[in-house]
Amino acid sequence: MGRSYTLDDLQKWEARIYEKVQEFGLKCYPQEFEICDHVQMLGMMTYSGMPSHYPHWSYGKSFERLKTLYDYGVQGIPYEMVINSDPCIAGLMRDNSLCLQILTMAHVYGHNDFFRNNFTFDHTQASTVITRFKSHADRIRSYVEDPSIGQDGVERVLDAAHALSLQCRRNQAIRRLGRAEQIDRLLAEAESDRRDRVALGQKTANGPAAEHPDIHKFPLEPEENILLFIRDFNPRLTEWEKDLLTIVHEQALYFQPQIETKIINEGWACYWHREIMNSLDLPSDIHMEFLVRHNQVVRPIPGDINPYNIGLALWDRIEEKELGEARNHSEDRQTPDIRKKMFEIREVDRDTSFIRRFMDRETMERLDLFEAAPQHGDWVISKVADEENWRSVRDMLIQSVGLGGIPRIAVTDGDVDGARTLLLTHEFDGRELEAKYAEKTLEHVYQLWGRKVMLETRMNDNETTYSFDDSGLSITAEFGEAQYPSF
Amino acid sequence: MGAVFRPYSPSDSLQSDRTSGDRQRHREKLREALKRNIADVISEQSIIGRGPDSIVKVPIRGIKEYRFVYGSNNPQVAQGNGDSEPGQIVGKTRQQGKSGDGKAGNQPGEDYYETDVTLEELVEIMFEDLELPDLESKPLRQIESDYTHKRSGTKQVGIRAHLDKKKTAKNRIKRRFVHEKIERARQQDAAPLTPEPPPVPADEQEEARFPFSQRDFRYHRHKPDIRYESNAVVICIMDTSGSMNVMKKYLARSFFFLLYQFVRLKYRHTELVFIAHDTRAREVNEDDFFHRGESGGTMISSGYQKALDIIRSRYDPSLWNVYAFHCSDGDNFQEDIPKTLKLAQELCQCCNLFGYGEIKPAGGVSWGTPMLKYFDEINEPNFETLGISSKADVWPKFKAFLSRDKQTPAYTGNIFDPTG
Repeated sequence: MGRSYTLDDLQKWEARIYEKVQEFGLKCYPQEFEICDHVQMLGMMTYSGMPSHYPHWSYGKSFERLKTLYDYGVQGIPYEMVINSDPCIAGLMRDNSLCLQILTMAHVYGHNDFFRNNFTFDHTQASTVITRFKSHADRIRSYVEDPSIGQDGVERVLDAAHALSLQCRRNQAIRRLGRAEQIDRLLAEAESDRRDRVALGQKTANGPAAEHPDIHKFPLEPEENILLFIRDFNPRLTEWEKDLLTIVHEQALYFQPQIETKIINEGWACYWHREIMNSLDLPSDIHMEFLVRHNQVVRPIPGDINPYNIGLALWDRIEEKELGEARNHSEDRQTPDIRKKMFEIREVDRDTSFIRRFMDRETMERLDLFEAAPQHGDWVISKVADEENWRSVRDMLIQSVGLGGIPRIAVTDGDVDGARTLLLTHEFDGRELEAKYAEKTLEHVYQLWGRKVMLETRMNDNETTYSFDDSGLSITAEFGEAQYPSF
Repeated sequence: MGAVFRPYSPSDSLQSDRTSGDRQRHREKLREALKRNIADVISEQSIIGRGPDSIVKVPIRGIKEYRFVYGSNNPQVAQGNGDSEPGQIVGKTRQQGKSGDGKAGNQPGEDYYETDVTLEELVEIMFEDLELPDLESKPLRQIESDYTHKRSGTKQVGIRAHLDKKKTAKNRIKRRFVHEKIERARQQDAAPLTPEPPPVPADEQEEARFPFSQRDFRYHRHKPDIRYESNAVVICIMDTSGSMNVMKKYLARSFFFLLYQFVRLKYRHTELVFIAHDTRAREVNEDDFFHRGESGGTMISSGYQKALDIIRSRYDPSLWNVYAFHCSDGDNFQEDIPKTLKLAQELCQCCNLFGYGEIKPAGGVSWGTPMLKYFDEINEPNFETLGISSKADVWPKFKAFLSRDKQTPAYTGNIFDPTG
């Protein structure tokens, strides 16, 4: 398929798209498009689109995998690669047809608007992200080149830090309290607790000893930023090691919103590319191709979750409820009053809240969402979205989207037994950890902490503690009462 | 205000090559992984018996990036075709026990990479695993293959043929220069009032004769220069009696392969001898050795006798490093045992290393008397017995066998007595 367009064509179409973007009221960062070939695209994908990124072998692995999948035709290259920066940068595959390029540009503007306006991206400082990543790369390269550190030294820390990078606080919009504030809050809670009991006529002396909260606990409240905790409280880390932990943490924070808004963001971009494409008066051949491509992108993938499909379905549902009926998107244009409501949602929601608020039984039936559980080596449907079960299927979905796929593990004690043993606690929500991965990751924690580390979790319905110290791994399980045979 | 377009630039090496460093490093990591799993790779059938340049495709398990993740047995939400009903089977879970990795989708799967390595490289990796430097420190038995001389400095006496003309001429020039200076000084002392002697026209006076003196002569000094040749022979002895089936032969072959590769690495010149025996022994070529089926009983002594004969006639231990290894399933005629032990002792005397490998695949049925316990009576430092029961055994046992080679001091004297 030859390329039947020139850069001029793209610019002309882009101008028309941008006209629509303004007409619809999307508020975007300035947009930049880069035309690239498939190897460059794979390269961009490898580094999550970042023009400069620090080196690490895992990106080589990631590239090889992408390339293998591409070479064997298992997986195509996505039409677009767009990064959250100001100006917003997106790649356009040179080999794509004109229709795909127009579609991609419209889609990119949807993402661009979402990046700029959604609350989860507030902390990402899009205008400086390129230079920050560049600075990270420069620093890490300088450590690699430092003969006293070298590649092995850098890799040792990075390998371990990567294992923990996503173990961080989930909502950056909530301010993290300092230690003094945490103490104040603890004391205030204890005080109000005491007053409540006095008011209830209980004698304080008889109640549980709650009036003296332990303010020497360390950390006072469970700390989810594991890397930062290690950085701040392992006195034996050198400056460059601390810097590596900081870099990995900062980059994870930058990517966190994209994990958190996969469904709502893709749905938003699909909604707007459809709206823009339908309002452009496309020539009929391009329009036909657009319909085919659009349906390819937003079709359901049986046995999996397609965020494009679910996201778009939810946005359409919101619109449908406002209008009272489904709109014919290719004929009728959107009305401004609906737009206002939708703009508000794109500002304040992320996947979890988006699904909780707008996924109703009818949408779930339309999407044919079900819950499956393993049974004798097969995945068997256990629940479908019927009257009885749709809420529990929905909640299961909410639990698994965004950062829900990452176990919540926090530092609950940084000084167990006064021996500076680090205690991590897994907040068990019914899902068990993968044991082998947990063991190996704990080893990484040990490498960074330098002293004994422990992980409390549940395995096979038993409270289980993994610990790792200089003699290696050990596991203790407290058997629940149900495990003992009754005589 | 529209968007900025950056046109395609194919030569943008920053863009297209940016992953190369990380890919390179990843490949290095895979190679390290290959090294760790070398035992598995070697036990794969495909590499044995190939030429050194042939390329082997080796599957390597990908390097995992561990994180805290959920296990695969938790219920999941997915989409259906539109008619999902409770109780429908929608897919297969992964085999338990094999790996606990999640179902396709959000969890890292088990990925395999195929790398091409040449056999040469593979052997190199194998012996890196063996910590070869240790082994190399062992003095090898070497023979003088070439005796020549090498120039090394000069001396004042010698025969005419060794005259160093350049040095000699230089010495004369030096001496003449000094001589002239002295002459001039003397003349000045003799006639202090004459400022300058009138220059003699060059063509009128022949240059004053200044002959070579005995003191000028320099001769090349010579040092003997001996080149050493290190020769080794690997004698593969195998029981080809009826009880040696294909699997046993394969295990034996793997072992011989490793031994040959190892010896070849240490010596400049390596030869292979194959001796097949049942009740009688014959020297055969490699193909017959591994493929010709035999039948009948077993007389191990016949194989050892043949090996000794061959060593005596062709591989004098003062010139050759002999490595002998015998693979058998341990069935031997009872009457043959004393003779076998005696000949084994003799072989120990003339070999750098002599080994006996008893191949007993697990679950196999055997008759007769396993030789391993009889061989325990032999206390030679360069004798080693080992039992191989599966493919996975080959590499660890081989390492153990060579560690014996590491410990034993080299055989240096010529204890061997050709007359028996």
